[in-house]
Amino acid sequence: MYRIVKKEPLNPTVTRMEIEAPYVAAKAEPGQFIILRVHEEGERIPLTVAGYDRQRGTVTIIFQIVGATTEQLNHLNEGDFLCDFVGPLGCKTKVEGLRKVCIVGGGVGCAIALPVAQKLHELGCSVTSVIGFRSKDLLILEKEFTEVSDRLFVMTDDGSYGRQGNVCVPLKEMLEGGESFDEVITIGPLIMMKFVVDTVRPTGIPCTVSMNPIMIDGTGMCGGCRLTLHRDGKRITEFACVNGPDFNGYEVDFDEAMSRGTMYRDFERHAYEETCNLFQKEAE
Amino acid sequence: MPNMSLKKNPMPSQAPEVRAHNFDEVALGYTEEMAIDEALRCLNCKHMPCVSGCPVNVHIPEFIAKIREGDFEGAYQIIHQSSSLPAVCGRVCPQEVQCESKCVRGIKGEPVGIGRLERFVADWHNAHAEESPVVAPSNGHKVAVVGAGPSGLTCAGDLAKKGYAVTVFEALHAPGGVLVYGIPEFRLPKAIVRKEVENLVAMGVDMKTNMVIGKTLTVDELFESGYEAVFIGSGAGLPNFMGIPGESYKGVYSANEFLTRSNLMKAYQDNPITPIMKGGNVAVIGGGNVAMDAARTALRLGADHVYIVYRRSMDELPARREEVEHAMEEGIEFKLLHNPVEILGYENPDDRRDPKNGFVTGMKCIRMELGEPDERGRRRPIPVEESEFVLDVDTVIMSIGTSPNPLIKMTTAGLEVNGRGGIIVEEATGATTKEGVYAGGDAVTGAATVISAMGAGKIAAKAIDEYLSK
Repeated sequence: MYRIVKKEPLNPTVTRMEIEAPYVAAKAEPGQFIILRVHEEGERIPLTVAGYDRQRGTVTIIFQIVGATTEQLNHLNEGDFLCDFVGPLGCKTKVEGLRKVCIVGGGVGCAIALPVAQKLHELGCSVTSVIGFRSKDLLILEKEFTEVSDRLFVMTDDGSYGRQGNVCVPLKEMLEGGESFDEVITIGPLIMMKFVVDTVRPTGIPCTVSMNPIMIDGTGMCGGCRLTLHRDGKRITEFACVNGPDFNGYEVDFDEAMSRGTMYRDFERHAYEETCNLFQKEAE
Repeated sequence: MPNMSLKKNPMPSQAPEVRAHNFDEVALGYTEEMAIDEALRCLNCKHMPCVSGCPVNVHIPEFIAKIREGDFEGAYQIIHQSSSLPAVCGRVCPQEVQCESKCVRGIKGEPVGIGRLERFVADWHNAHAEESPVVAPSNGHKVAVVGAGPSGLTCAGDLAKKGYAVTVFEALHAPGGVLVYGIPEFRLPKAIVRKEVENLVAMGVDMKTNMVIGKTLTVDELFESGYEAVFIGSGAGLPNFMGIPGESYKGVYSANEFLTRSNLMKAYQDNPITPIMKGGNVAVIGGGNVAMDAARTALRLGADHVYIVYRRSMDELPARREEVEHAMEEGIEFKLLHNPVEILGYENPDDRRDPKNGFVTGMKCIRMELGEPDERGRRRPIPVEESEFVLDVDTVIMSIGTSPNPLIKMTTAGLEVNGRGGIIVEEATGATTKEGVYAGGDAVTGAATVISAMGAGKIAAKAIDEYLSK
C-alpha cells in the first residue's frame, strides 16, 4: 500500500499528490512514468512522474480529472492509501550534453515538462519555457517554471492571462528570429505536440515528444501502447512503455495515435459519469 | 483387477451451448468413484514410461496407486514432491504429448487419464487439507526469483522446500504471471492460482508485487542487497504483429492485451472498469493455445461469430487437442489454410470527426496450400494466387507469439541473449552467462507451455541449490 503524503489542488481540474513509494523514488528520472491502481478492483492507469524526493522516498504525480479512475483518485486524501504504485517505467528523457533547450508544455502536460526543465536547469543548460493553457483559471506551475527557466512565455488561448495565443506563437517567433536550440522538448495534448513538431520542422532542430497512449501492464507485455513511427520511408511499430514514452517527434504518426486514443471514448465517458453520480449520491 | 476399458472415464463438462455464455470452468472434474475407476486402468508398469514424459517427473504410477487405495491425500503428497502446482498442471498441461503419450494403455485404446487424475487429487487436497504446509528449517541462504509465473513459482517452491529464504518479485499487481493474465477463468479458475500462491507463502516464500526487476531494482542490486542467486522467469514480452497494413486500426489487439483486459483486469465481469471490445465478429489469428483462449474468451464476451484464422492445416495446429475440440463444440469457426493480408478500417473522407473512423470493418485474407516441408519438417504454407476475399469482422486478435521481455537484458551487464532476445542458458542447469543468475520459461524460450516453464524452474532450483551448497 502506498500512502498519500500530500494533496494539493493546482486548479479546479488538476491535483498534485505526493505518494510514499521509496523504491520508485530512489530510481525515478524525468520522463519516466508510473502505473497505479486506486483500489483492489481498479484499472491500471499510467501517469508520468512529476517529481521525486529521494530522501523522503516520495514521488509526485499531477493528474487531470478526466475519467472514472482520476475522479476516484481525487476523492482520496492525505493519509489514504493507493492499492498499487509501480515504477519507474519507460526510459528517462535524454538530457546529457544539452546546452540550450526550449521546453513546450500544454495544460497538464506542463506537470511532466517541469521535472525535465528542472533537470536541465540543474545541469546548467539554458532553458526557455513556453507553457500554454486554455484560460487563466487552468494555469498551473507558473512559479515553478519561473524558478528554472531563463525565459518563460505563458500563453492562454483566450488571453485571460499572459499572452493570447497557442504555444506555437512564441516558438515560431523565436525560430523565425533566427534563434536556435539544441533541442525542443514538447509535452502536452497530441494535437499540440503535432503542431509544435510542424513548427520546428523547417529548422531541423531535434524535437522530442512525450507520448501517453492507452496502456495496461506498462512493462512490455501487452502491446496496447504501440505507435507507428515513419523512419527512412518505413513504418516501424514501437511500444511507448519500453521504447518511450519519449520519441523523435518527426517520426511519430500523430493522426494514428490520436485515433487510437479515442478507442474507448464512449466507455470512458459513461464510466466517468457513473463514478461522478456515485460520489454525488454518497455526498447527499 | 485392472479396469480394461479402452476409453478414459469421460470428463464431466458444462454443455457447449451453456458454457459458451459463461466464464465458469468448462471441465467439472472427476468424482471420487470416477477417479478410482480411472486409476484402475493403470497397469503400474515397472519401467514407468509415463514418468519420462513428464517435464517435472511426477511419480505417476505411485500417485495413481494411492488413488486406487482411496488415499487421496497420500496421492497428493507424492505429486507434491515433484510439482508445486498440481491443480494448475492437471488443467493446462498438454498431457497428450507428454505423460499420456507414453502410456502403455494408449497403444490400444486411450491412455490413462493422468491429467484428469492429477487434477482430481489436487482439487481433493485443496478442498480437504487443513494443516498448513511444512516450513523447512532455514539454511541461511537468500535467493531472489524474478516473476511470479509458472517457472518462478516452481523455482521458489522447490527452493523453499530446501530451506532457502526466497523472495519473489512480480511486476504486476497480482502473482501468477500467465496463469492470471493469460489463461482464462473457464480453463483455470483464478481461485486455484491464488490457492497455489497461498501455499507458497505459507511455506515461507516472500511475495513482492509491483516490483519490475530491470526498472525498480536491477539484478545487480539484488545481489548487493544480499541475495546470493537470482532466477529470472520474467516471461513473455512484446507481442508479435504480422506487419500487414491496418494493424493500428481500433479493434486490433494482441492476444496478450485482449486476454489481460479480460482476465487480469476482469473486463469479463459485469460493469468492468477496464474496457474491452465486445460483440460483433471476431477473428483470432494463430493456432496455439493462446489463440484458442482468445477465441473462446471473445465468444463468452458476446461475439456474434468467432473465427480462428490459421495459415496451415488442422494437422499442424499447435494447440492442445482438447482445447481445439472444446472451441469447435462451442461454435468457433476454423478458417484453416487462410492468412490475413490486410486489415480494413472505416475512413470517412468527408467527416474526420465521424466516431466510426479508424475502427476495423473487415480483414482481407488469402487462401493457402501446403507446399514442401521446411527445415523443421512442417509443410510450408503457400498463398493461392487470386484467392483473396474479405472476412467481415469488427475485432482482430493477433496471437502469433511474443518475444521475450526486454527489460532485464537492457539493464543487466553480462547477461547474454540470443538473436530472438531469449536469455542464453545452459540447458541442464538453467545457468546464464552471468555468475549466480539462472533463467527459465518464456524469458528463455519465447512463448512455450506452462509445464515446460515449470520444468525449467525446477531444473534451475536444483542447480541453484548445488551452486549455493558448494
